[in-house]
Amino acid sequence: MAATVTTETAPSDSAQAFDKKTWMGGVEPMNASYGKLMMWFFLISDTFTFSALLVTYGLIRFSYPAWDPAIYGEVFKFSNIYWPIPEKVYNAVPFLHGVDAPLVFVGIMTFILIFSSVTMVLAVEAGHRMDRADVEKYMLWTILGGLTFLGSQAWEWSHFIHGTEQGTVIRELVSGQWVERTIFGANLVENQYGPPAFADLFFFITGFHGTHVLSGVVLNILIFYRAATGLYERRGHYEMVEKVGLYWHFVDLVWVFVFTFFYLV
Amino acid sequence: MANYAHNNDGHNHGGTEVAPPQTAVIWRTFWVLAGITALEFVTAFLFPAGTLKVAIFIGMTIVKAFYIVGEFMHLKHEVKSLIWAILIPTLFVVWLLIALLVEGGSIFQLR
Repeated sequence: MAATVTTETAPSDSAQAFDKKTWMGGVEPMNASYGKLMMWFFLISDTFTFSALLVTYGLIRFSYPAWDPAIYGEVFKFSNIYWPIPEKVYNAVPFLHGVDAPLVFVGIMTFILIFSSVTMVLAVEAGHRMDRADVEKYMLWTILGGLTFLGSQAWEWSHFIHGTEQGTVIRELVSGQWVERTIFGANLVENQYGPPAFADLFFFITGFHGTHVLSGVVLNILIFYRAATGLYERRGHYEMVEKVGLYWHFVDLVWVFVFTFFYLV
Repeated sequence: MANYAHNNDGHNHGGTEVAPPQTAVIWRTFWVLAGITALEFVTAFLFPAGTLKVAIFIGMTIVKAFYIVGEFMHLKHEVKSLIWAILIPTLFVVWLLIALLVEGGSIFQLR
């Protein structure tokens, strides 16, 4: 009799067009939890925002002449006529005043952010093992890395705004007269390193990225607090570390692109 | 690679026992990223400005992005539909980038 029961229920199950249970919750599409999936979709939308900024940089960069020794003289100097060479602009390092060290400081900043990404992934790995002490330790390292990066960026901005000692002499048309004037540093309307648009893009792109790092640090502190008070241990999993980890790696990823397209190319 | 994805299997004993860390892949990825960044730094001074240099930088950036997204963000070990759901939309970015670089070149010609 048992055999007939199974033969009767089996066709009725397969006759259904779909498994009703699919629509009763508890199913994870794409094999990822709701929170992780939504984080991925947020990150793809954030990718578009950052891409828009970097593509704008490309558009404006291509609409200005590049420095050409044949036209503008053998020695590169700042001018608001052509786009500057990044390694001539970003050549200062804290405590080494007057030393020409192109791209050194921004290289250090890149290492700091990559390293904090590593400690984040170590925290995620510790979470998989339910190792609360390790999660706390690596979250603290990640927070420290994020804060160090923000501090470095504050110094970078400060140097960029205040400018070099000599400044740059620019010629401009003021009420029909060509006048020469020395300007120091950069703000949103004038820029000693190149066209004003160059400074605007620097402030917008690195500023938008820095804001992301800041919110990442705040989220990391929250995760550290909740891990340290044992919330995730009681919950039985450390998935929140993974979700915030995705965001933190994304911030690192954006910096990789900013480093290439703003500082190297 | 695959063992990292499943390293929590068989170690869940209610949080009383802590499994040893499995971090070999993480550190290997770190050294790859650090190495490429160092190479980018060297390339910035060794090569003359030009299309070749830009191509090298973009190539290195894509390799770094692959390691960060694939290993750190774990996308390499997710299901195929999720991988494509993330990768395909970024193609539109490449399209926008090329279109607006051409546009920027035209503005330069008109100035």
